[in-house]
Amino acid sequence: MGIIVVFIAAFAYVSSTQNHEWGGADGQAEDVISQLTGGTYQPWFNSIYTPPSQEIESLLFALQAAIGSMIIGYFLGYYRALAKMKEAATATEQEGKSNA
Amino acid sequence: MMHIMEGFLPHPWWEIWFALSLPVVAYGVFRMNQIIKERRETLPLLAVSGAFIFVLSSLKMPSVTGSCSHPTGTGMGAIIFGPWITSVMAMIVLIYQAVFLAHGGLTTLGANTFSLGIAGPIVGYFVYKLAMKSGLNLYVAVFLAAMLADWATYIVTSIQLALAFPAASGGVLASFEAFAAVFAITQVPLAIVEGAVTALMFKYIVQLRSDVLLRMKVVSPGTIERLKEASARNWSS
Repeated sequence: MGIIVVFIAAFAYVSSTQNHEWGGADGQAEDVISQLTGGTYQPWFNSIYTPPSQEIESLLFALQAAIGSMIIGYFLGYYRALAKMKEAATATEQEGKSNA
Repeated sequence: MMHIMEGFLPHPWWEIWFALSLPVVAYGVFRMNQIIKERRETLPLLAVSGAFIFVLSSLKMPSVTGSCSHPTGTGMGAIIFGPWITSVMAMIVLIYQAVFLAHGGLTTLGANTFSLGIAGPIVGYFVYKLAMKSGLNLYVAVFLAAMLADWATYIVTSIQLALAFPAASGGVLASFEAFAAVFAITQVPLAIVEGAVTALMFKYIVQLRSDVLLRMKVVSPGTIERLKEASARNWSS
């Protein structure tokens, strides 16, 4: 619960203050590099594939998150059911013993 | 997660970071195979730790500087499986982002793997061990480990960039300050959130599969008992 509150508070605070670009701190590092080198540095290799638009970039990010959450959800659910089954099994076992 | 952009590390730095990272990842692959063979029951947890990095590193959270930044997610893998294996998982995520998202890059993969997959997890691992030894609560230890792993990743990234781009006046140290200033502001709050999320995730794992944590020697039997008692009290009250 506390985490959700912190998250929402942080989100609300920062979204209300500035415009947020989907750029990230990575891009800012680029600016620092060009400042330090006086704008002379050129990247010597370009990305082999760049998402054609920002929407597609966010799509791919969402896809990445979805794959990860799916795996986490699957196994946590599996473990949960496993624990429940074990509990049920021991319960019936004890029941059987007390009946006998 | 931090990425040094494609092509932004000049010769010889990108080769150096590859040379440092690849042996670690190679040994990590070996360890991973070993653990899969000998302790099959840990496989799901391995998948969950890897998926956790996947999810967290895809989250671009807005931060106070007006840009977005990602958490790293490596703390959990480092605590349960150690830095070796975590480096493999981190590299997989970095390849995905380099190839499909143009985040980071193939030429900077070595450097990014080093900061995200090696330096961060090593710090997380030892912080966790140290915190547990000094008798801190398990979740506090997890929180600290994940948070400091995130910071360590960004500090190392700043060092990598500073070494490659020393400032004309002041040299490596001055440019380290410049890079660190960029990351520090975005990462400090983010790492705190990351620590909290990782601790929450750990809570689930303790509840559901504490036996695996015991076998991996992540926690001692006494700690688990205490935690279970505590949560049982919460449930009944």
